[in-house]
Amino acid sequence: MNIEQDKACPVIAKHLKIALVGQPNVGKSMLINSVSNAHLHVGNFSGVTVDKTEVLFDYKDYHFTVVDLPGTYAFTDYSIEERVTHNYLSGGGYDLIINVVDSTNLEKNLQLTSELMSMNKDIVIALNMSDEAEKEGIEIDADYMSELLGIPCIKTSAVTKKGIAELLDAIVKVGSQTRQESKLIFSEAVEEEISKIVACLQKHKHEAPNSYRNIAINLLKNNKKTYARLHDNPIWIELQPILIDAIKHIELHHDSDDIKEAFAEEYVAFNRGIIAEVVKTSMVNEEKTTTQKIDDILIHPLFGIPIFLFLMWGLFQLTFEIGSIPMDWMEAFFGWLGDTVGATIANEDIRSLIVDGVIAGVGAVVLFVPNIIILFIGIALLESTGYMSRVAFLLDGFFHKFGLHGQSFIPLVTGFGCSIPAYMSARILKNDRDRLLTLFIIGFMSCGAKLPVYVLFAGAFFSAEMAGNVLFAIYIGGAFLGLIAAKILKLTAFKGADEPFVMEMPKYRLPSVKLIWHTVLTKTMMYLKKAGTFIAAASMLIWFLSNYPHNLELKEEFTTKIELAATEETKNKLKNELSVLHLEQSYLGTIGKFSEPLFAPLGFDWRMSVALQTGLAAKEVVVSTLGVLYALGDEVDEESSSLVDAISKNISFASAVAFIVVIMIYLPCLAASIVFTREAGGIKYFIYLFTFTSIAAYSLAFVAYNIALLFS
Amino acid sequence: MKTLIDCQKNEKVRVVKLHAPKELKQRLISFGIMKEAILEVIEYAPAKSTIKIKAGKMSLALRAKEAQFIEVESI
Repeated sequence: MNIEQDKACPVIAKHLKIALVGQPNVGKSMLINSVSNAHLHVGNFSGVTVDKTEVLFDYKDYHFTVVDLPGTYAFTDYSIEERVTHNYLSGGGYDLIINVVDSTNLEKNLQLTSELMSMNKDIVIALNMSDEAEKEGIEIDADYMSELLGIPCIKTSAVTKKGIAELLDAIVKVGSQTRQESKLIFSEAVEEEISKIVACLQKHKHEAPNSYRNIAINLLKNNKKTYARLHDNPIWIELQPILIDAIKHIELHHDSDDIKEAFAEEYVAFNRGIIAEVVKTSMVNEEKTTTQKIDDILIHPLFGIPIFLFLMWGLFQLTFEIGSIPMDWMEAFFGWLGDTVGATIANEDIRSLIVDGVIAGVGAVVLFVPNIIILFIGIALLESTGYMSRVAFLLDGFFHKFGLHGQSFIPLVTGFGCSIPAYMSARILKNDRDRLLTLFIIGFMSCGAKLPVYVLFAGAFFSAEMAGNVLFAIYIGGAFLGLIAAKILKLTAFKGADEPFVMEMPKYRLPSVKLIWHTVLTKTMMYLKKAGTFIAAASMLIWFLSNYPHNLELKEEFTTKIELAATEETKNKLKNELSVLHLEQSYLGTIGKFSEPLFAPLGFDWRMSVALQTGLAAKEVVVSTLGVLYALGDEVDEESSSLVDAISKNISFASAVAFIVVIMIYLPCLAASIVFTREAGGIKYFIYLFTFTSIAAYSLAFVAYNIALLFS
Repeated sequence: MKTLIDCQKNEKVRVVKLHAPKELKQRLISFGIMKEAILEVIEYAPAKSTIKIKAGKMSLALRAKEAQFIEVESI
């Protein structure tokens, strides 16, 4: 019992833990969110980053905990979502199942129901979208259906909130009575084999919690758990030959070499029988549905892609234009917070740690929250309206050539803004390998924070007219390298047969504000919580490395010099000199010096090496580090002409080219790396990413450096 | 052998057999693509790389490669 449950109900209430199961796009989450006094509790399933929504509420004398499981078509364990659902249902830590089905497409939905019926658990079926079914002239006799299946079937509608109370009543009733055997009936051939197995079990008076019939069905379906339970039992000697015969017989009957295919056909036959009995379709609608009409435009062979590109451009613009408005305020706020908090701390070291380390670091992460919120609203809209699957349909052909998936487009484009939401939006890819591959190349899409570096170098080495083109070339070049990298990874690390691409294109729907709000809120909170705590710690580390060890002699020497200095200008110059010398002897500086030989083949001096390494914390820092190291003071940005001058004087063209190449490819910033590690599912992927990007960045920079040397 | 990729736009066909490897076959079946099912080709993406079909009341997208595993007959 967890704390949330205690809060929600008095100790005396009876508890019912319910697994909410259904195929994707049946309005499962919406249905349960329409329970009036529900409150949500969001978490992850242990070990995987698939959202788990627990909905807690009280009804009559009962306290309900509903676990909203990810949508699944069947128990095929194809995607993470399907595995999570299957594992949870097999685990059995719940009292009963609510199976939500789409009333407008019963035949498809009942396939999953049939599988649930062999799980030996109480089930209540919610015939959802019943309002829509009525509109389409589909009439379902719910009472008769309940009788035929031996499972209570309740008509519901999440939109009109119809049938919610009836559904809860049915759950309470089922929860308080003993279980009924479900009435799943198979063809004669299968029934014959079932009874043979049941007879064998009866003969040996086999003891089991579930019925013999249920055991027999699970054995025939190759259910591993049932096998494991019986395998060590003496009864197995007798059971095995019966089973082998039975499976052969059934496969022959279905003209198939796959028992699962045979059972699927059995289910279809059974479900068709049920549907013939309980469903009446009054009007045959031969007219094109709204969805078809919309699809005629949106997936048009010619206009489909331009329309999509326009929508993406719009979303992109919104994200980074509107998102940047509160950014200024937030930056000002964190600046103010730093000053205010700083003023209350007397100890200089602690003040620096809190203000320059923690507040600055966490502030930099919180700064991206507006972007993330807008982007996730956009993505939630694309997903919940059903447009996302159309995008995959349109783009899969092109992306598949590079080993990517049609839906990879969304995270990749997002990556041009910021890698963090890009990594998070890669979740739309349901298949592990597609998702991992996409995660690995998101970094090639240059994020917004790299722009200042590019602007600085383009300004230093090219005329103002050329600089824009250079910038564009850098961005396109990065994306192009990303596609090549995807192809290379696909041929090496992610080698293997292509994952199949079979995807439902659901009906277009108007999105639910409540649901989008919840999705966005959940994701944003997770971002703030996890990235925020890690970032605070990491910022402290970077702060420490660049501030320590303190060299008191150096400080005293300069303090006197500064005091003696005649003009403001000399004072500033001396201050800058001090910060350079201080940074040079700090741990970070030592690392920079130490790594200088490593970067020498690329033409970098120790300053550029350090700038690259501070860029690991955040790409924005590269410019300010260069500024400090070339002794211009802390207040530099890409437009300060003196830095541009200093760069063009101190850095050769070839080194600059190599530097840009490294910035384009190497490891994303710390915050993004942490999010990457979490989304990819382990530290080992971070090590792969580090190795991969480092080797790619180093070797390409080396090539670029030497080519540039030839021309200059 | 006629497969789903050989169909015309708006053609209705019946599935004869699935020649797909086991995992893909399960996947197809879970979408209702199995023996005797009636499918309708709705749209081809540019260069016939992807195909949109209707299986029962559900619209599905398949890659050309997957569509080739589905043997069909005209009705």
